[in-house]
Amino acid sequence: MKRILILGAGTAGTIMANRLRKLYKREMKAGSMEITIVDQDDRHVYQPGLLFVPFGIYSPEDCVRPRRPQVKGGVRYVTGAIDRVEADEDRVYLEGGKTLDYDLLVVATGTEIAPQETEGLTGAGWNEKMFDFYTLEGATRLAEALEKWEGGRLVVNIVEMPIKCPIAPLEFVFLADWYFTKKGMRDKVELALATPLDGAFTRPIASKAFGDLLDRKGVELVPDFNAGEVDGPEGKLKSWDEREVDFDLLVSIPLHMGAEYVSRSPGLGDDMNFVFTDPNTLQAKRKENIFALGDATNVPTSKAGSVAHFEAEVLEQNIRRYMAGEPLAEEFDGHANCFIETGHNKAVLIDFNYDVEPLPGKFPIAGVGPLSLLKETRFNHWGKLAFKWVYWNMLLPGMDMPAVPARMSMRGKKHGDLPKLQRHDVLGGSPTNNDNGDEANKVA
Amino acid sequence: MTATIAGVAVEVDGDGFLQKPEQWNREIGAEIAREAGIAEMTDKHWQVVEFMRNQYLETGSAPSIRSLGKESGVPIKELYQLFPKGPAKLAAKIGGIPKPRGCI
Repeated sequence: MKRILILGAGTAGTIMANRLRKLYKREMKAGSMEITIVDQDDRHVYQPGLLFVPFGIYSPEDCVRPRRPQVKGGVRYVTGAIDRVEADEDRVYLEGGKTLDYDLLVVATGTEIAPQETEGLTGAGWNEKMFDFYTLEGATRLAEALEKWEGGRLVVNIVEMPIKCPIAPLEFVFLADWYFTKKGMRDKVELALATPLDGAFTRPIASKAFGDLLDRKGVELVPDFNAGEVDGPEGKLKSWDEREVDFDLLVSIPLHMGAEYVSRSPGLGDDMNFVFTDPNTLQAKRKENIFALGDATNVPTSKAGSVAHFEAEVLEQNIRRYMAGEPLAEEFDGHANCFIETGHNKAVLIDFNYDVEPLPGKFPIAGVGPLSLLKETRFNHWGKLAFKWVYWNMLLPGMDMPAVPARMSMRGKKHGDLPKLQRHDVLGGSPTNNDNGDEANKVA
Repeated sequence: MTATIAGVAVEVDGDGFLQKPEQWNREIGAEIAREAGIAEMTDKHWQVVEFMRNQYLETGSAPSIRSLGKESGVPIKELYQLFPKGPAKLAAKIGGIPKPRGCI
């Protein structure tokens, strides 16, 4: 019997379990395949919803369901905390001494915030005037604080990249602008975004578009700001190069790290506990029978649910190939697709990959849409709200998205004479040949 | 693309990062540093650059600013004094290794 073991029952792990369950339905019935998924608890948080909690749009309860029912029939669910992966033994050790052996391992344990890594952040004032909204607890406490806040200077700070859902900090300031406007107190609130990036976003065209939006909404942008220390009582955010940003209320997006057990698993991940992963095959560098997807990897694309979904489509086929002894396909292109809530019932949609930055246009059907790329529309906002239903009912069960393939399409995008981004610009490695087919698709 | 730095033809990307670490030498590093506004590379500068470069050559990825601060022997605050604005990026550039995995 073959055993597939999936670590983590979050977005990526759940999608993967459900796809593999369908792929190996017959083998599982015949008893020649066993699929196991491990998580330390039974609480699945709808993470895109966390953005809406501080503004009272969603309640905390709106964002949580149990993990187990999302993983459908036949998959064995094990509750336990992971101690380490011993790749040489093909074995995972759980805390308490229990072990799980595998023929193929899928790492999908995501990323967590590490506010304790920034000096002073979890000190005096934490959860009083300094908050996060990347955890349900943080978002809930921030909602309470915002409700009774009488105004002042609100600073949103990204401590260090990479972070989950890199556009969420922008969405937060857009929604804050809307929230305080609706409360009739926008004139009592100063909004600022302090970021280590040199602009509003990572890629030039989107950075310009979002920079203009920040301007229009009266949000101060503090670029190239690498936060090294926070003084809660004094209300000061200090950068490593000794600049200061004052705040009355700080919304921090703390440093992100991969799961802690990765550091106890020899050779599995980098110094931030992200798993060394091939960006195109999604095979871990550690050993050929280990694969990884979602926020847990070190591949240079956004840490986002849409990415996990696109990766799962590619990885399902590579796992099938690996199990069948076939060579892997270098198919994953870094495809990401994100709705960006901009307030006032409008949203922006962006679609991009390793090579192509977010561009304006229509999506998913060229010239028609109904969604618009890199442009604020009401329809995009409805798309974002509808996504919650799509998440629980289509994404987690591992269905394909209608008209949205795993590989990014250039159809409907206005690219004019834009130079194609050099792949090594984002990869930071030596240029590799990424043009394995689908060139026609890219220029269509 | 190709650029000539300190009299040597080297492969660089659009931001001037060397694409082939084996083409690097200290003179190239010193010239990149000068262009970036570091007039004089001190022993401390070289300590950081070489730590960065060795880590990259050993592991295939450049260390983050955090592990640079923990393991290079130079605290983060001082790294920002030595290499203004972005120590990890600038030390990688001077050390002749590709641009560190950025943020997307």
